[in-house]
Amino acid sequence: MITVTLPTHLRALAKVSGAIELDIAEPITQETILDALEEAYPMLRGTIRDIATKQRRPFIRFFACGEDLSHQPVTASVPPEVIQGKQPFRIIGAMAGG
Amino acid sequence: MSEVRVLVGTAKGAFIIRSDEKRKDWTIEGPHFPGWEVYHITGTPSDPNRLYVSQSGGWFGQVIQRSDDGGKTWDSVSNEFQYDGETGTHQWYDGTQHPWEFKRVWHIEPSPTDADSLFAGVEDAGLFHSSDGGKSWIELPGLRKVKGDLWQPGAGGMCLHTIVLNPDDPKRIYVAISAAGAFRTDDGGETWLPINEGLVSPYELPDSTAEVGHCVHSIAMHPSQPDVLFMQKHWDVMRSDNSGDLWYEVSGNLPSDFGFPIVVHAHEPNTVYVVPIKSDAHHFPPDGKLRVYRSRSGGNEWEALTNGLPQSDCYHNVLRNAMCVDSLDSCGIYFGTTGGQVYASADSGDNWMPIASNLPRVMSVEVQVLP
Repeated sequence: MITVTLPTHLRALAKVSGAIELDIAEPITQETILDALEEAYPMLRGTIRDIATKQRRPFIRFFACGEDLSHQPVTASVPPEVIQGKQPFRIIGAMAGG
Repeated sequence: MSEVRVLVGTAKGAFIIRSDEKRKDWTIEGPHFPGWEVYHITGTPSDPNRLYVSQSGGWFGQVIQRSDDGGKTWDSVSNEFQYDGETGTHQWYDGTQHPWEFKRVWHIEPSPTDADSLFAGVEDAGLFHSSDGGKSWIELPGLRKVKGDLWQPGAGGMCLHTIVLNPDDPKRIYVAISAAGAFRTDDGGETWLPINEGLVSPYELPDSTAEVGHCVHSIAMHPSQPDVLFMQKHWDVMRSDNSGDLWYEVSGNLPSDFGFPIVVHAHEPNTVYVVPIKSDAHHFPPDGKLRVYRSRSGGNEWEALTNGLPQSDCYHNVLRNAMCVDSLDSCGIYFGTTGGQVYASADSGDNWMPIASNLPRVMSVEVQVLP
């Protein structure tokens, strides 16, 4: 099971109160995690990445294991701790204020 | 006794303000969607408990939500607004051409007769239609073919912010775009005409009477005379008596003819309301006095309505979608300010009271009367 955490606004939109658990077949990458997330919670389509281009929205970041994965290739494997369910894949609303 | 429900979109969520038909005591419910910019929240005439909301934000983009129980619960519907075909380009701030890019939904206009049919006006300017209650959207691309390469963004973006449906002829639709002007279709959206003859924009356009490019802020129509349109342009209050084929100025004695919203009284087709703003450079009321102006003659002769409104040190704006009228016998008028106040008048504007005083910046105000 992969654990995904969402920022407050998206938890409200998805009507979840805590972390989300997803059962995903390998390979487990940013892309497959987001595909599974959007399939389970279609209301999140377009809020994390563009619907057509699949590009990450500018003020969204992906963190895991103390690292910013946002600029990693979307098809690269996420850290083993995420794959093993020991660490969450964190979707973050980036700092965008003053 | 009827219930009156005021739907308020703000920069930090939506609020629903309720009263009975006396419109004296109000309760505020919300925020719904806290933290989101709610450009528009509106009800469906044929099913008043069907509400639609456009929420957006810099982090998470565009979301459309729908309620089928008057706002108690909400479910997201489609936020997939894909322009149809090759979008082409429009004028950019530096004079170059720039590709069309979807940014947000400014305005949702449900059909007066079919709760599942609704239009959405978007930035970059385009008109979309849903025939399934928002579950899917298709663009009406003929609009962008009306010299879209000459359209340009106003300060608020290149947005389609006004949609007026003709109650007698569902194939006739009016839209307004900043800064492209006003447009009309007579065939349900297949083809469009620019309807900007008579508009003069000497400060905004090199050709002051250009066919497109005018910064139209809002258009209003009374359902009993659908060929008569009233317009608040960037500067100038205008009127057309022939469905927009020709406009003429009716600013008359207004202290300023700059402003954003314009609405028509529910029962008096020639009674029109505007909120004069000092200028495009200031964006606040003249002399720090928040005054609604009413014309009972279809324009030109205007009277200031001030009872209950702040008459000193008021520097709030009233945005284009933030004014509306109700359908009760004694017509109610409502508007919201960028300072977070919502004002209501239960007597056609003679007297006003704040029904909310400390909301976020108000972006839209709509009202419903429920049996």
